[in-house]
Amino acid sequence: MSRRVGVVLFPGSNCEQDMLEAVRLVGGEPTVLWHGDPTVGGVDAVVVPGGFAHGDYLRPGAIARFSPVMDAVAGFVADGGPVVGICNGFQVLTEAGLLPGALQKNRGLKFLCATVGLRVETSDSALTRFAEPGAELRIPVNHFEGNYTCDADTLAALKAEDRVVLRYTDNPNGSVDDIAGICNEARNVVGLMPHPERASSELLGSADGLPLLRALVA
Amino acid sequence: MWEDARMVFSVHVEVRLRPGIADPQGATVERALPSLGFDGVRDVRVGKSIRFDVDAADEASARSEVEDMCRRFLTNPVIEDAVVVIEETAGAAS
Repeated sequence: MSRRVGVVLFPGSNCEQDMLEAVRLVGGEPTVLWHGDPTVGGVDAVVVPGGFAHGDYLRPGAIARFSPVMDAVAGFVADGGPVVGICNGFQVLTEAGLLPGALQKNRGLKFLCATVGLRVETSDSALTRFAEPGAELRIPVNHFEGNYTCDADTLAALKAEDRVVLRYTDNPNGSVDDIAGICNEARNVVGLMPHPERASSELLGSADGLPLLRALVA
Repeated sequence: MWEDARMVFSVHVEVRLRPGIADPQGATVERALPSLGFDGVRDVRVGKSIRFDVDAADEASARSEVEDMCRRFLTNPVIEDAVVVIEETAGAAS
């Protein structure tokens, strides 16, 4: 039986269709999780996709974190379920306190839409277990608030515990320590600004997202 | 009833980036000012201003409620803090 992957849909999400298609492509069974439903519907993995949940009003993720589905996602995380937040989804997970730190406006104040280089820093996370540490991936970013920031103690813990999952090879947004993605202490929650679902086929310019996407369905 | 009388307080929450957090907007404004002839401007920080009225029994309970709002919703304590100004307005809450 293929693994069921729930993709959360908020008003203003805009990457959920790409994510559903990418899950299908790697052999999973995707399902939409509506933000107003207080359940994850028995799925095997959850993706919080990109977009502008609730218009990014106040701050990205500030309103989305209070959605009924997020309580269910927090419970799923506590039970050890794999959860990946991409772009706006990463912002939602930090606002919800499921990942540390915050995502600030990009250094240079430019909205970035480009394919960037990433280095896999650890294969010990829910997203990177089929990726090789040290491997370089080319995956698109598409954000205005992707500049990862956290206090010095948090940064020291992320590094000491090998929780920086992906780093930019050429930092595009000012993120502290070139961080593109991190995981929680239990390593089952991963947040990243780049979009693996947009790098799921050579026709899209890169298939480097496939090893990451496969981790959701196997 | 008299003991239940609630007052209306006017609230101004200024959301600021915490000291030490980089402020790309502030830096951009600061760089732009000299080109417009405004010299000698330093330490520009851009924040948010949120205003609303709140009903409460007294100023202390209004302040406590607003501080709770700031902590849970109006600010992200990782990068922001808030300055809260509360003033009593004329008239009781309806």
